[in-house]
Amino acid sequence: MLNIALPKGRLGEKVYSMFERAGYECPSIHENNRKLIFENKEKGVRYFWVKPSDVSIYVERGAADIGVAGKDILLEYTPEIYELLDLNIGKCKMAVAAKKGFYDDNTRTLKVATKFVNIAKNFYSSRCRDIDIIKLNGSIELAPILKLSDVIVDIVETGTTLKENDLEVVETVVPISARLISNKSSFKFKTQEIEKIVESMKAQVKTDD
Amino acid sequence: MREDILKNEEKAVFALRGLYKQYGYLPFKMSKFEPYDLYVKNKDFLVSDSVITFNDTNGDLLALKPDVTLSIIKNTTDTPGVKEKVYYNENVYRVSGSTHRFKEIMQTGLECIGDVDLYDVFEVIFLAAKSLDTVTSDFALDLSHMGIFKAFLDNTGKDDVFKKEFIRLVSEKNRHEAEKLLKDYNVDPEKSMQLLSFIDLYGAPDKVLSKLEVLVETDREKEALKELSDICKLLSKTQYADRIRIDFSVINDMNYYNGIVFKGFLKGIPEGVLAGGQYDALMERMGRRSGALGFALYLDLLEDLNTDTKTWDVDVLLLYKESDDIAKVLDRVMALTESGLTVSAQKVIPEKLRYKMTENFYGEVK
Repeated sequence: MLNIALPKGRLGEKVYSMFERAGYECPSIHENNRKLIFENKEKGVRYFWVKPSDVSIYVERGAADIGVAGKDILLEYTPEIYELLDLNIGKCKMAVAAKKGFYDDNTRTLKVATKFVNIAKNFYSSRCRDIDIIKLNGSIELAPILKLSDVIVDIVETGTTLKENDLEVVETVVPISARLISNKSSFKFKTQEIEKIVESMKAQVKTDD
Repeated sequence: MREDILKNEEKAVFALRGLYKQYGYLPFKMSKFEPYDLYVKNKDFLVSDSVITFNDTNGDLLALKPDVTLSIIKNTTDTPGVKEKVYYNENVYRVSGSTHRFKEIMQTGLECIGDVDLYDVFEVIFLAAKSLDTVTSDFALDLSHMGIFKAFLDNTGKDDVFKKEFIRLVSEKNRHEAEKLLKDYNVDPEKSMQLLSFIDLYGAPDKVLSKLEVLVETDREKEALKELSDICKLLSKTQYADRIRIDFSVINDMNYYNGIVFKGFLKGIPEGVLAGGQYDALMERMGRRSGALGFALYLDLLEDLNTDTKTWDVDVLLLYKESDDIAKVLDRVMALTESGLTVSAQKVIPEKLRYKMTENFYGEVK
């Protein structure tokens, strides 16, 4: 039996339908009830929904054998896991954004507001830029408007929120998509089951071109 | 001795000491702290960057030891032809990966330092397998060889940043990003294919070795492969043949490890519980002429194994009053313990104690 952690929300629905098409369906998941865990004994899978940012924790600590997490979460928390497949869905980018016309003249410490402290730190330290990190938990876009920060580092999907608030992307930090991850120890003891599910999922991945 | 009194990790320490002693490894006891200098010079060798430091009374900067291997190397003599075999059971202080806070970690392991040959490499890996087997027979021991992998990495002629990043991706079995990295660094397509194949190099030794035979070209690669296949051949004759696999996602810092590296897993524990390898390169950095290998078993992780919790703490809760005849209470406690029961004698029922039955001292069961 494989325990699979799915990220709650729109991305999770897409991910589940990939598992379904790959031959790992679990019809009870569509029933409208308050159950938390859904099992298909015959296919040997047990799904559960968790907060997207918690998927890597469930997998790293072995409560889930495999799971699907955004690359943003993997980069931020660097869990000890195997990253087996890029599902090429939930695509967006981690980007630096600022008020329109912002120019970084490098004369003073750059104030950066973000939810992704480690990603922002690594990005700027790789170019030796001195920064002041401001950790926020939401509504990051407000920071440059209220002059709390010079720039933000955040996930950009369509860019609509930025545009409506007179902000723009300055540069891309890293492209993001959903990844199929596995617990390292589970991979040792359930090798064939995990290999099989990865192969079946690979067939479901749509390439860009 | 009643075995059920001991916790998993205590049982393991007990059994492992006997095991290591049997193979001629001598106990090694070290100080809780070492000069901070020792760790700074070999920072990358440590599992975590952070070290707890403090000043000695004379102002020297000391560190609570985050690692055992460095201290052992420092304490061995460097005489050609001589081998020193030691085992230890020590607490180390490191930042734990998941909590990002300092943690005391109980670790046991062994080191074989000196004129290391094929027999020693085999013995250490065999003892690693035996150590895991002491805890549970449901284990997996994954081997790989830094020498082979490093030879292929060096062939690309790329810098250390590339190598480090590629090693990280292989340790994650992350093919999609490894492909991208090779493309970004303009690595020759044939060499790229060879390097990528390491991500799929895992499984039964025979299977993996035959794939590697096709890959190796240079003398350096062939020599390293011969070492790996010699070891696998010896291990295949032991009772652990079906527990041992090759997996190139088990790789370590190439500045310290140069030969065989390995990692052990137990079913039911989400992370590796044993790690080790041959670290001649570290020895060289510390100015030694000899080679060395060893492993450590992280005992604190064994807490999670078989947590079938008992439903009570004692069999009998024996209640007495201060006015009672204490000699009679004592007699009753003796009688009960001699019949093999566990007893807690109390005047009031403790809030947290779970007991099977209560009894007042004159033996009347309520």
